Amino acid sequence: MLEKAIYGGRRYWVWIFFLLGLISVGFLAYLYQFKNGLGVTGMSRDVSWGLYIGQFTFLVGVAASGVMVVLPYYLHDYKKFGRLTILGEFLAIAAVIMCMLFIFVDLGQPLRVLNVILHPTLNSVMFYDMLVLSGYLFLNVLIGWTVLGAERKEVAPPKWVKPLIILSIAWAPSIHTVTAFLYAGIPGRHFWLTAILAARFLASAFAGGPALLIILALIVRKYTKFDPGKEAIQSLGKIVTYCMYVNVFFLGLELFTAFYSQIPGHMHSFVYLYTGLEGHSKLVPIMWLSSILAVVALVLLIFPKIRKNESLLALASISVFISLWIDKGFGLVVGGFVPNPFERITEYWPTIPEALITLAVWAIGFLVLTVLYKIAVSIKEEVVFDKYGEKQIRTETE
Amino acid sequence: MSINRREFLKMAGISTILGIGGVSAVQGVRNRVEASQVSQNPEALTAKRWAMVVDMSKFKSEQDYQKCINACHLSHNVPHITDNPKHEVKWIWTETYEHAFPGNEDEYRAERFQHMPFLMLCNHCENPPCVRVCPTQATFKRKSDGIVMMDMHRCIGCRFCMAGCPYGARSFNYKNPRPYIDESKENLEFPTRMKGVVEKCTFCYERLAKGLKPACVEASNGALIFGDLEDPNSAVRKVLSERFTIRRKPELGTGPSVYYII
Repeated sequence: MLEKAIYGGRRYWVWIFFLLGLISVGFLAYLYQFKNGLGVTGMSRDVSWGLYIGQFTFLVGVAASGVMVVLPYYLHDYKKFGRLTILGEFLAIAAVIMCMLFIFVDLGQPLRVLNVILHPTLNSVMFYDMLVLSGYLFLNVLIGWTVLGAERKEVAPPKWVKPLIILSIAWAPSIHTVTAFLYAGIPGRHFWLTAILAARFLASAFAGGPALLIILALIVRKYTKFDPGKEAIQSLGKIVTYCMYVNVFFLGLELFTAFYSQIPGHMHSFVYLYTGLEGHSKLVPIMWLSSILAVVALVLLIFPKIRKNESLLALASISVFISLWIDKGFGLVVGGFVPNPFERITEYWPTIPEALITLAVWAIGFLVLTVLYKIAVSIKEEVVFDKYGEKQIRTETE
Repeated sequence: MSINRREFLKMAGISTILGIGGVSAVQGVRNRVEASQVSQNPEALTAKRWAMVVDMSKFKSEQDYQKCINACHLSHNVPHITDNPKHEVKWIWTETYEHAFPGNEDEYRAERFQHMPFLMLCNHCENPPCVRVCPTQATFKRKSDGIVMMDMHRCIGCRFCMAGCPYGARSFNYKNPRPYIDESKENLEFPTRMKGVVEKCTFCYERLAKGLKPACVEASNGALIFGDLEDPNSAVRKVLSERFTIRRKPELGTGPSVYYII
C-alpha cells in the first residue's frame, strides 16, 4: 500500500519537501546538541526537564486519544465513526513516534538508550512507559494496516484483528496513566504529587486529541475527495466539549485543594505559573493565553448551535489544542520544577536550537502522518460508503 | 550442499532464537554475580549503613565550609563551572537555613540561624527515590553499606533521578566538564566525567575502600562526624544519642542519613 504515498499532486510534494526542510534544519540543530551537550538548551540543574519532555507528555495524550473514535465504533457499534477510525489510529502512530523521538533527543547519552532494555528495572516507571508505548505503537500499526489492507481488497478484515482492537482500547488509557505516574509518584514535587494527575491527563488528552482530529478531518475533506462525515465530526465535537469541561473541572479541583488548604508548597507552582513568584514571571503570559483560549473554547463548544457551525467548531478545536499544548506541553513540566527543592527560583525558557529540534520532531510526526493519511485517503476514495459511513463490502453474489 | 529459500529461512530463524536465548541465559547468570573486587582491602572501612552528622556549632567562618567543599571537589574532579550557574555541578555546598529546611521558616527566629549556611550533600537515603525512578540502575543503593552509588558509565542522562531527588543533590553535566577542571590539581586516581551524565556525592566509596574517611570529613576538623548508623557504639550513634539533631524533609519517608546539630 506504501506506493500510494509516492503519487501526489504538486501541493502534496510541496508540503512533503517543506517538512523535509524543517527536519533537515532540526537535524543540524540536533548534531549541534549532540556535540555540545544539553547545555545548548534552556534546561538547568533546577529545571532539568523542559520543552522536550513536555511535548512527550502532551503527545502521549494525543496518541491515547485515538481510542475516542475506536471505542464508540467497535464497542458501541457507532457506525458514523467508521470512516474516522483509521485517521485516529494513524494519528496515534505518528504521535507515538514523536513521543519516542522526544525522549531520545532529551537524553544526555542517547547512544546508551538501549540500557533501558539491557538493564530492565521493574521499579522504574520509565521502564513501563517504554513497554506500553512500544506495545501501543505495535498494536496501532498492525490494526491500522490490516484493516486498511482488507478495505483495499474490499473484503472483511480478518477475525484475529478484533481481539487486538479490544486490547488496544484497553491499552490506550494505560499509556497516559503510566505517563502520569512518571510525575505523580515523586516525593517532594508538590505540583505533580496529586492523585488526580492521571485523571487530569486523560481528560486533557481526550479533549486535545479529538480536537486535533477534527482539524485533520476538516483538512482531509477540504483537500481530498474523502469525507470523514459531517455527523462524525459533530460527534467528535461533543467529545471535545465534555472532556474539555472535565479537564477544566479537574484543574479547578487542584486549585481548590491548594488555595483552600493554604499549604505553601501546594500553592507555589500555581502562583508561579499564573501570577509570578518573587518577581519571576516568565511563564505568566503563556499560561494566561492558555486560560483565555480555554474559556473561548468552552463558550464556543457549550452551545450546540455554535458548535454545529463547522468553522466555529474548527476555531474552538484550535483553541482547545493550543490551550492544552501550552498547559501540558510546557506549564505542567516547568511548573513542577519551580520553585526548586530549596524554594529558590530558576526560570526556564527554550533556546533556539531546542525550538528547532522540537519543530523537527513535530515535522517528522507530520511527515509520518501525511504519508499514512495519503495512503488511507487514496484507498478510502475508492471505497463506497453507505449512508451510515459504513464501508460497502462486495459480496459473492454481486 | 544446496539449500532452498525455505530451508535457509528456517535455519536463520532457529539460529536467531538460539542466539537470543543464549544471550539472555548468560545475562541471567551475570546479573546474579555482584561486581566485586578480586579481594577486599583488609584496611577498608566498612559499615552496615554509613551516616554523617554535621555539627554546625563547629563551623565558625566561611573558610571552615570552603575547606570541606574544596577537599571533596578536588578529590573528585568536580568541574568548577562559573560562567553559567544553570550548568553548575556540585557534590557538597552551602545553603542558608531557610532554604535548607523550607517549611520550617520562622520570621522571629534569631538572625544568626535564619541565614546560617548549612552544608548540603546527598543524604544517602535509606529509601532513595532517585534509585526507585532510575530506569537503568545507574544509580543504586549498595547493599553492603547503604551508600547510594552512581554508575556514570551506565547513566543514559534521562535526569529522572534529578526530578526524583527531593534534596536537589544531583547535578547533570550539561556540557563537557573536563575544560572546567584545573589540570594542575586534577586527581588522577578518580575518573573525570563526560557530558550527559548525572553525578553526586558517593560518601567517598573509593576512599573508604582504602581505609580512609571521606575527604570532607577529613578536612572538617571534627565538624563532620562519620560512622555506622547501625552500630550502637559508632561515633555517629554516640552524638545522636546525646545531642538534638534534625534531618532535611524526613516527612517524605526517604530516611535521610545526614543529620544536623544546630
